[in-house]
Amino acid sequence: MKINMNSLCRRILAAAFTVVLATGAGRALAAENLRVAAVFETPIEEPWVNQIHVALKKAEEELGIEYTWSESVKAADFARVMREYAEGGYDLIMGDAFGAERIARRVAKSYPDTAFVFGSGIGPADPNFAVFDNWIHEPAYLAGMIAGKLTEKNTIGAVAAMTIPEVNRLCNAFCAGAKEVNADVKCKFSFIGSFFDPPKAKEAALAQIDQGVDVIYAERFGVIEAAAERGIRAIGNMSDQRELAPETVVTSVVWDMWPTVKQVVNVVQAGVFTAQDFGQFSYMSKGGSFPAPYHEWEDKLPEEVKSMVAERTQEILDGTFRVPIDESTPKSE
Amino acid sequence: MSEILEQIFQIGFFTAMLRVATPLLLATLGEMFSERAGVLNLGIEGIMLLGAMVGFAAGYFSGSLWLGIVAAAVTGIAFGGLMGLLTVSLGLSQHVSGLGITLLCSGLAFFGYRLIFGQPSQPPHVDAFESVPLPWFSDIPFIGPILFDHVTLVYIAFLLVPFAAFLLYRTPWGLNLRTVGENLQAAASAGVSVAWKRYQALMISGALFGIAGAYFSLAQFNAFTFGVISGRGWVCIALVVLGRWDPWRCAFAALLFGAVDALQLRLQSSGIIDLPFQVFLLLPFLVTVVAMAVLARNARAPASLLVPYRKEER
Repeated sequence: MKINMNSLCRRILAAAFTVVLATGAGRALAAENLRVAAVFETPIEEPWVNQIHVALKKAEEELGIEYTWSESVKAADFARVMREYAEGGYDLIMGDAFGAERIARRVAKSYPDTAFVFGSGIGPADPNFAVFDNWIHEPAYLAGMIAGKLTEKNTIGAVAAMTIPEVNRLCNAFCAGAKEVNADVKCKFSFIGSFFDPPKAKEAALAQIDQGVDVIYAERFGVIEAAAERGIRAIGNMSDQRELAPETVVTSVVWDMWPTVKQVVNVVQAGVFTAQDFGQFSYMSKGGSFPAPYHEWEDKLPEEVKSMVAERTQEILDGTFRVPIDESTPKSE
Repeated sequence: MSEILEQIFQIGFFTAMLRVATPLLLATLGEMFSERAGVLNLGIEGIMLLGAMVGFAAGYFSGSLWLGIVAAAVTGIAFGGLMGLLTVSLGLSQHVSGLGITLLCSGLAFFGYRLIFGQPSQPPHVDAFESVPLPWFSDIPFIGPILFDHVTLVYIAFLLVPFAAFLLYRTPWGLNLRTVGENLQAAASAGVSVAWKRYQALMISGALFGIAGAYFSLAQFNAFTFGVISGRGWVCIALVVLGRWDPWRCAFAALLFGAVDALQLRLQSSGIIDLPFQVFLLLPFLVTVVAMAVLARNARAPASLLVPYRKEER
């Protein structure tokens, strides 16, 4: 019985090898079409993940990559799904590794010929695990300047996921921007302990509004609805969220993953991929983030505020102004 | 301390308390009915999620939010019936069947949503229920805006409490239900159909779970998203124990949880106490557990809870 099992195992292994070799050969022939897979921990609607998805969709059309993805992959399944794609001969595997940092890194080690590029709060790992992150503190700072000018009660707030570095630096930049233009402003922060729980985010926002917040930064999904219900102003996050409530959303802190995806696809295609930090490609100067257009607020915002923001935007693009990166835990005032 | 009290004695705090408590109350009452008949319905979390999805989809396409609520209730009844088939007719393990239904319903909600709405980059939304201030009553100072300025489902949920108590304690139907929950043989020999009673209780619980779920996607929020229930169903299982299987105490339990949840959000953003945010978030759970240890120490679960009924078996 035991011998039988062994021979069976060997046969399966042999078959697997043949498949791997065959796909490897196929890949060499069709080197033009880069095969890209993405593994997302949350459903695709979650704004953070959606920005990556949208950029990869665009790459499918404009760069001719072949793209497939899996959503809602929990930490327990993360390694399996990553391995399936790696075994399936994908050249580039992207995703968000925040919930499965160690798992993603361990899996990547087993497939040195595959490029792994993951959203991560920590650094890249040789030879093939590169990282990116939403370095959108610059537009968050600009949005803060607008909030600081718009607030009538000198109280602004942010409802965010949890006190992790990538969230902290957005909240802190938002508050710092407001304080630069209005020294009397007080910042309030709430954390809902989840990346995607809109009812809870809405309830947290309502609590802040009860406490006098009149401009609120919707770091998480669900906040804008509360702002619209109570008739205060809101700043969107991740994508241009104007259409959720046109009268309420003054601007949004937009993260555009296109420069990152384009760069990643280019280096992988050129065969010069290394385990690097692609974070810079989310900066404003690279077009990886920007404040959304004002839309309905174009006429309602005072000229003075608009020119102030435009000036600071130019300084950031020119590199003459650096938005401070503060990743300490923000505290309510 | 006075600063904390200042946070509490605000109209906003009390309205938030009622808003947070409402879906929990609906689901807790549902779970109470099924457990009173001796069936632990762990399908609660999944049925709530599916109710939120079906309710939203029906409301979105028909344009009538109330039709969405009805659709959610009907879905709940169907899966309550399925739970009955598994645990009553087939006499399977209530734990396993309930968890199975939760997994099935969560999967169905996910799959159904993708089938109907595809993968939108921004979830489609409806114009959610708006609050309906009751004329005259809502003008009473302080109390008026707290009690009489809510969406209709909030009024319905709280009116359900005396209704459930009446049904349970003052009608033959309720007496029979409680008998089934305490002693299966006695109920059967008194001519009560144990199976049918349990089916009824499970379908009532399913309907209330469905409505509670739809409250999230049609009233509390205006869209269905996958994180919309996030374990709130499991909370209700604990609230039933804290409520000692009694409608009035269940209402108290839901209000207590709602109050602490509303308070922790206000404490977080007030900056009065400097603690890691996780401590604030776990406060409602902590208070529930402590309250359960103190108030429900002598609570006795219905005697036939988890016991399957097989005719002529002792």
